[in-house]
Order: sequence, then structure tokens, then C-alpha cells
Amino acid sequence: MTINGWIQIALFCAVIIALARPLGGYMTRVFTGERTVLSPVLAPVERGLYRVAGIDAAQEQHWLAYALSMLAFHVLGFLTLYALLRFQAVLPLNPDGQAAVAPDLAFNTSTSFVTNTNWQSYGGETTMSYLTQMLGLTHQNFLSAATGIALAVALVRGFSRASAGTVGSFWVDLTRSTLYVLLPLCMALTLFYVWQGIPQTLGGAVEATTLEGAKQTIAVGPVASQVAIKMLGTNGGGFFNVNAAHPFENPTALSNFVQILSIFAIGAAMTNVFGRMVGDERQGWAILSAMGVLFLAGVSVVYWAESAGSPVLNGLGLTGGNMEGKEVRFGIVASALFAAVTTAASCGAVNAMHDSFTALGGMIPMINMQLGEIIVGGVGAGLYGILVFVIVTIFVAGLMVGRTPEYLGKKIEGREVKMAVLAILCLPLMMLGFTALATVIAAGLAGPANAGPHGFSEILYAFTSAAANNGSAFGGLTANTAFYNTTLGLGMLFGRFFVIVPALAIAGSLAAKKTVPTSAGTFPTHGGLFVGLLVGVILIVGGLTFFPALALGPIVEHLAGGLGQTFAVGG
Amino acid sequence: MLNHLRPALVLLIALTAITGLAYPLAMTGIAGVVFPAKAAGSLIERDGKVVGSSLIGQSFTSDRYFQGRPSATSAADPADATKTVPSPYNAANSSGSNLGPTSAALAERVKADVATRQTENPGQPVPVDLVTASGSGLDPDVSPDAALFQVPRVAKARNLSVDQVRSLVDSQVQGRLLGILGEPRVNVLALNLALDGLGSK
Repeated sequence: MTINGWIQIALFCAVIIALARPLGGYMTRVFTGERTVLSPVLAPVERGLYRVAGIDAAQEQHWLAYALSMLAFHVLGFLTLYALLRFQAVLPLNPDGQAAVAPDLAFNTSTSFVTNTNWQSYGGETTMSYLTQMLGLTHQNFLSAATGIALAVALVRGFSRASAGTVGSFWVDLTRSTLYVLLPLCMALTLFYVWQGIPQTLGGAVEATTLEGAKQTIAVGPVASQVAIKMLGTNGGGFFNVNAAHPFENPTALSNFVQILSIFAIGAAMTNVFGRMVGDERQGWAILSAMGVLFLAGVSVVYWAESAGSPVLNGLGLTGGNMEGKEVRFGIVASALFAAVTTAASCGAVNAMHDSFTALGGMIPMINMQLGEIIVGGVGAGLYGILVFVIVTIFVAGLMVGRTPEYLGKKIEGREVKMAVLAILCLPLMMLGFTALATVIAAGLAGPANAGPHGFSEILYAFTSAAANNGSAFGGLTANTAFYNTTLGLGMLFGRFFVIVPALAIAGSLAAKKTVPTSAGTFPTHGGLFVGLLVGVILIVGGLTFFPALALGPIVEHLAGGLGQTFAVGG
Repeated sequence: MLNHLRPALVLLIALTAITGLAYPLAMTGIAGVVFPAKAAGSLIERDGKVVGSSLIGQSFTSDRYFQGRPSATSAADPADATKTVPSPYNAANSSGSNLGPTSAALAERVKADVATRQTENPGQPVPVDLVTASGSGLDPDVSPDAALFQVPRVAKARNLSVDQVRSLVDSQVQGRLLGILGEPRVNVLALNLALDGLGSK
């Protein structure tokens, strides 16, 4: 570890905190329907869309109608993407002649992009046509991200309203997230990325003759426009197989810094939107602080573990940390920081191969996802995820003093706590249940590329990533098989919708409640005590569930590696 | 449910057209005008022929050139399309090794590479990036240490003085951005092009 390394981490945190308030203020104005600087251009487009779609922008929805609209939109999006993947061979913009995508892979990929997971069982440059990348994947990146933001805003309205029957209009929230927030930022980011060297072209792969006279086929494409949204929308689906480790997806230290900033930017700003909409910005800062504590703990461990390196390789005389699977331009610290950020948020882009991280360095990304991706989290998804934990925390605090708990003037009662627990329990069930299945049947055991505990970690990481809608991978796992494509697809679907629907139910239930005035007995939720309690509940409720599984994978691998033990495939 | 379908269908089509077609195509158009060389992939031409991209590493095996990092990329086996064979720096199929920290295969590969490298520059510690595979398999850079490590070999193969080659390496080192972001590095292709330029003078 070096001073420069810590400076890079500190600089990142400082910029995120500095961005939260201005971006939060802008997004609050967007979602409360106020005029913004972009309104003169976008308001006519927005009104035109509503007219054609038959939407009355002033007509708000009950939480159930909101949920149904969301589901209808997703079903149509899924079917469209599936069809596009199956028919890409006969559609235009396919200069490299990619074939139709197989049914199980098309199911997995459609699910993956519709749920904002962007798990990739395929290698982008060897599987997807340009049309699929743009019309199918780039566009779902926008819409799944916009959906996440819309749902978080609906839940925030649940807290900020009193005696209300509605939580907003899904159609309006979706349209505004896309047009006012994601699209303008992505246009600016795309040009920035091209300036840094990311290609943006419709021409096919380039044939080069290397200095030694060999042929090198260089895949290019409309990369920058997809990278912009995959980071900002915390989707993470790369244009190329190795994602942001590819020099064309992430060419410089600066492009890397901006990419990790854009992963966290909207998620961090959402806490400020929350604070503003409930009328007390301190509430937003308290939540961001709890996220910050967990984030710093995680990134410190990854940085320490990767700097220390693997005992097995160090035993061969190597110094300078673990560079297997990392790029020289990023080095140890920017790779460790990226890994912590991408798994804390539900992004899943990678700039280094997590599979080749040290045992403990690779465990932290898993823990970040297992906690439910509430450390800043996916755009919108992080906020509704942590609010679910807030409800449990408030409930626990209420139990301790024997008083009906309340949060922001709303009484937290049986219905909210039940829904919160339902949302929290879904993730371990998917992650651990499918991992257990895969470790006892032949189709599952055929997946891992590494032997010993690391092979188990590859399976655990895959289902963790899918259910948490992250999308990053221990890439050695051969996941493009009928078994993994199907089970991972199911994990993604349940992990997304069994959190979203309970969260919307909480929103509806809270919105209908009266606001009770603050009294001397009210537990203040903007101070250090609340932040500490929230962090504790997240670690105990979210973390302990996974300890036995982690002990079988990364922890035992760490201990074995320390003794110099290695594992050979077939050995 | 039906009253959800019309807005769902219309918004899906309209937003698809905006974000899936208009946005990437407009960006392609603008980028092609503002940054034409970068939008096309930062290609390098020598004598009118494309010799590579400044951002993409390429395989160097000759002693006369500086070599990049081990690459784990593969290609379809020409004899049997269902299998793959190692094909370093295959820029049409990026990949890392995905070998974990306790992998016996990784330990053996690194051990063999360290032994090979030590023969070319005995007594010097082998820089870590020179014997570990990059994440992309296409890493265009090596660390300054890894470039300097190869100076004696390259100088000998080209009949140049060690000092001459060393100062060429020093001139190719790119530092951290503003002294803070990223890591110091040397672009191997740029270094080798400069090396060829040196020889022809």
C-alpha cells in the first residue's frame, strides 16, 4: 500500500460527496415536476410522448397499478430483446457476421439486461452484432436503470406523503429519468470517452499487420456510447468480453476515474434526493454515511489484500502485489477501488479479473453483493435496498425500548416489517440455494475452471452476482451452458422483482399513513447512533447469513494459500 | 392490464428509438467529426499500412523488440472449431487467465516464466507484471521496471549501447496523470516503433 494509493481513494470519495448535493438537487426538481435547465428542449418531447402513449402526466397511480405498469413494461422489453437476439443474423448492422444467439443464452441475456444485472454468459465481440449492442443492450441499459430510479422515487414518496393513495406515475418517472437524467449525462460522457480513446464507429473489425509481421484482427464498434450508460446506469454489461479491463473500454487512468465516479454518482445523489423530498437533507446524509463506512471498510481490505499479493506467487520471488488479471495502467489501487465500487453498486463492470484476485481480495466483492448492494447500490435500487434495511433497523430499535417504531413521522408496523423481511430473505435463498444445487449435480460441477475452494468460490460468486443483479463474475466459470444460463436467469428475475414488489408495497402502505409529530421519545435518525445501528443491522442480518458459505470458499482458500498449498484441476 | 399495454408499447418503441438508435448513431456521427482517429480505434499506420492500435498490445517474441506481458487470449482451433488454442494478443477475443491465487497451473506458469526471464538478465529481480497475465490479454503497457529489465537483451540483439536503449525507454515513460491517478507505464508498441526509428537513422 502506498500514500499515492490512499490519495487516489480519498480523491474518489471527495468527488462523490461533492457531486451528491448538486446532482441530488437537479434530480429532485426533475421528479417533483419543476422546471429545469433542460426543460425548454425536453418538455415538448416529453409532452409528445405522453400524447401518443395516452398518458395523463397528472394522473398518479396506486402502488399496485405502479407495479403492474412496471411489470408490463418489462415483459414487453424482455420479449423484444429475446427476439432481437434470436434474429440478429438476418438483421442489419452486423458487419462481422454474428450468428443467431442460442435459446438458453438468449433467455439468460434478455433477463440479464432487463433486470439491470448485465451478467454476460457470452463474449461481446464474438457473439453480438452492432444492432444488438445498440438497439438491444444499450437501450435496455437505459430503461432498466430508469426503472430503478423510478422505483426509488416512488418509495421516497411513500415516506414524504401523508394520507395519500398514490405513489406517482410509473410512466412519468420512467420518461423523466431517461430524458432528463440519463440521456444528457451519457451524451457528455460519450464524447469524453471518445476523447480518451474509446472507439465509436460502425465499421467492422480492423486488420493490422504487427511489427513482427503477424496478422492482428482488432475488434472495434460503437463502444463509447454503450460504456457511458453501462457505468452511469450501473448496468455493467461490457461491449467486449473483458469489460472495462479492455483498453478500448477503458484506455486511461482518467477514463477509469470517471467511470468509477459515474458508477456511484447517481446512487449517492439519490440519498440527497431522499433527504430533500422528506424535507430534511440530514436524513440523506445519515444514509450516505452508513454506506460510506461499509464502503471504506471494504475497499481497505481489497487494497490491502491485493497489495500483499498471493503467498504462492510471492514464494516464487515476485514482489509488488497481485498483478495477475490486472492492467498496468490501473495497477493495484485503481483495480481494488474499481472492484469495491462495482460490487457495492450493482454495476458489475470490471477493470481487472476478479477470479484472479487474492482469496480475501475476491471475498469483499462477494460480501458487497451479498449485503444486497446497499452500499450506494444500483441507481435507485441501492436506495430502496437500504431503506428496507432502515425499516428493519428502526424495528429493532423499537423492540429495544418497547415502543412502536417510527421513521420520518411514519409508524413502522407489522406490514412494513413483513415486506422488508421478505425482500431481505429473497437474496440468500437465491444465492445459497442455487449454489448448493450447483455443487451437487454434474451440470453444476462442470462449470468451475479452478480446482479446490476457488472452484466453489466461482459458483458462489456467480449466483451471488446474479441474484444481487450485479453481473460481475469470477470469469473462469463456464456459464454458457443450459444449466447455468437457466438457473442464473431465474436468480436474476427473483433477485430483482422479489425486492421491487415488496418495496413498492411498503411505499403504498407508508403513503397512506398519517404523519405523527416528533416527540421526545422519537429516535433521531440523522445522528451517529442511528448510522452505527444501521451498519450493525446490515452486517448482522445481511452478512452472517453468508459466513458459512464464505468459510468454505475464500476463507479456506486464504488459509491454504498461506501454507503454500495449490490445487490442480483433476488432481 | 390492457390499460397498461398502450403506454408500455408506445414508450418502449419511442424510448428504444431514442436511446437505442438516435443516441448511439448521433454519438457516432459527432465523434467521427470531432475525434475521427480516436473514434476509429487509434490506429497506427507505417508506410501506409495499419500496424496496430496505440491502445492495443501486440505479441512480440523477437529479442530485437521489447516484449509485453503474458496474454491469456485464445482463438478457435483451425483443426477443430469446437476447441480453442492459445493465441496471445488476439484483439478479436479479449480474455484474462481467470486462474485463482491457489491455482497450481498459475504457479507453474509463473515459475517457468520467471526462470526464462532470469536467463536474459541474471541477478535482477523479475518485475511482477512481466510474468503475470493482464486482465484483457491486450495490455498495451508494461511498467517502467519491466521495460528497463529488457534493455540489456534488446541492446545486445540490435548492437546498440545499453545507455542508448535505456534513454529511449526513459523518454517513453508516461507518468501518473497530474502525479496522482493511475500508474507509471511504457507503451510497448510505441517504444518498439521508436526503437525501429532509432535503428534506421
